[in-house]
Amino acid sequence: MGAVLPEVWWQKLFDFTDYGRLLGLLHNSVVAGLLLGVVGGLIGVFVVARDMPFAVHGISELSFSGAAAGLLLGIGVVPGSIVGSLLAALLIGALGSRARDRNSITAVLMPFGLGLGILCLSLYPGRAGNKFGLLTGQIVAIDDPQVGALAAICVLVAIGLAIVWRPLFFASVDPDVAAARGVPTRVLSIVFMFLLGLTIAVSVQIVGALLVLSVLVTPAAAAMRVSASPVVVPILSVTFATVSMVGGILLALGGSVPISPYITTLSFLIYLGCWAVASIRRRRLG
Amino acid sequence: MSAPGEVVLSLADAGLRFGQRTLWDHLDLDVRAGEVVAVLGGNGTGKSSLLKVILGQVRLTSGSVRVLGRPVDGGSRRVGYVPQQTLATDALPLRGRDLVGLGLDGDRWGIGLPSRRRRRVVDDLLASVHAGGEADRRLGLLSGGEQQRMRMAQALAGDPRLLLCDEPLLSLDLAHQRVVCELVDESRRARDLAVLFVTHDVNPLLGIVDRVLYLAGGRFRVGTPDEVLRSDVLTDLYGSPVEVVRAQGRLVVVGGGDAAGHDHGDEGRP
Repeated sequence: MGAVLPEVWWQKLFDFTDYGRLLGLLHNSVVAGLLLGVVGGLIGVFVVARDMPFAVHGISELSFSGAAAGLLLGIGVVPGSIVGSLLAALLIGALGSRARDRNSITAVLMPFGLGLGILCLSLYPGRAGNKFGLLTGQIVAIDDPQVGALAAICVLVAIGLAIVWRPLFFASVDPDVAAARGVPTRVLSIVFMFLLGLTIAVSVQIVGALLVLSVLVTPAAAAMRVSASPVVVPILSVTFATVSMVGGILLALGGSVPISPYITTLSFLIYLGCWAVASIRRRRLG
Repeated sequence: MSAPGEVVLSLADAGLRFGQRTLWDHLDLDVRAGEVVAVLGGNGTGKSSLLKVILGQVRLTSGSVRVLGRPVDGGSRRVGYVPQQTLATDALPLRGRDLVGLGLDGDRWGIGLPSRRRRRVVDDLLASVHAGGEADRRLGLLSGGEQQRMRMAQALAGDPRLLLCDEPLLSLDLAHQRVVCELVDESRRARDLAVLFVTHDVNPLLGIVDRVLYLAGGRFRVGTPDEVLRSDVLTDLYGSPVEVVRAQGRLVVVGGGDAAGHDHGDEGRP
């Protein structure tokens, strides 16, 4: 890109010449963004209901470290980030069943794992292009085999969520009564951490480790601002997440800056909108 | 009360120990359909652990526990559970009707699409606890008493034979305590339920309770309130002077060895 030198800074952000040609090139990215929007919006409902946003942040940083290790050891970025993500998710799930424990365990694991990730990157003799990509997003670089792998993971997570949806929701919002009714809360918690780990590994590839929360938390939190229905909230959350993802990618095509700021800004604006709707409603009710 | 019903809950020679500490031992208790049994005692006497045993979450050290003649394992639809009132945060995507819906089919796999039939069942349950009006409000915005109404409807949703109540009156004001007790009384009559009601204050229950199980210091007494809540019986149970005082229609247990906090009716105290 950047063949034409932009004359003012905003042309760097929005420049829609040659849009159609670019869109063809980035077909893969749009598909990946759409899938991640659906899965991220769904799993986000549970992340917020189980009070786990900080754990999500921790897992995504450790997923980055896994990707860095994968790069160094030559097993590839995607497998590395999946391994890192799953390892972190299951560790945090096993060691921190209560929210307070979980937060400190996340805080202990995160810098250690991140340190290892930085070590792996600095030892990596190859090109440095991936260094920031993994942290801040690299969707533009996604090729066909990669998008296939990411899509497969998204489908797997969606099927898994559909199977455990009701008991997982019960266990998330009302754990004591769920356990009393015989819902296998511990098994479900492990299954959830596994699905979450997979989703985060995909998100790290697309939006970058630092920005995963904008897909896995912001849309669900926004949806919960405007609705209390367990049917409406997931639908809104998925809508918000896909609009942010696909909208962000399409907007980014017209500029030469990375894709992430568009996604995070859209996601944030949607949250602001929901917040405004909720407070207007509350004022009307008195 | 009425003619003795079927034995729903049966503990035989049951004992529970954590390490060296014996919570209770040689406990025999049959709770029949239509009967309300209050479980009394101070903190750490194993009241809540008794419920966990019946729910299959904690294993007895000795003896057996049966629900409807079958050994307990894991949770069951035959057992309804009403927990302590803990204020739901208003961030949760959950309305009163959804809480009741979870009691109906929250343990089933799959997504569970909404249907007209399901909605009608939930509406009926809400009506049976007189909570139709608040059903569509966010759970976190309901008062403690309203939340406990929803909890009752939730517990009844599985069509249980045994209702386990774990301090459901805690942090409720007197009016709401009365409402919850009336609901328990109504449902056990309408549905022929056996009820085990854990509480630290027997007073709100006195009008509906058939028998009490009083736990103290590894020992226990079972009987009608008049048989157990007496100075001589509790003095013997605690092994130290205890006085049961009746004042203004309320029962207050004074003394009890190590445990000033074991008193009933502690709201009269500073």
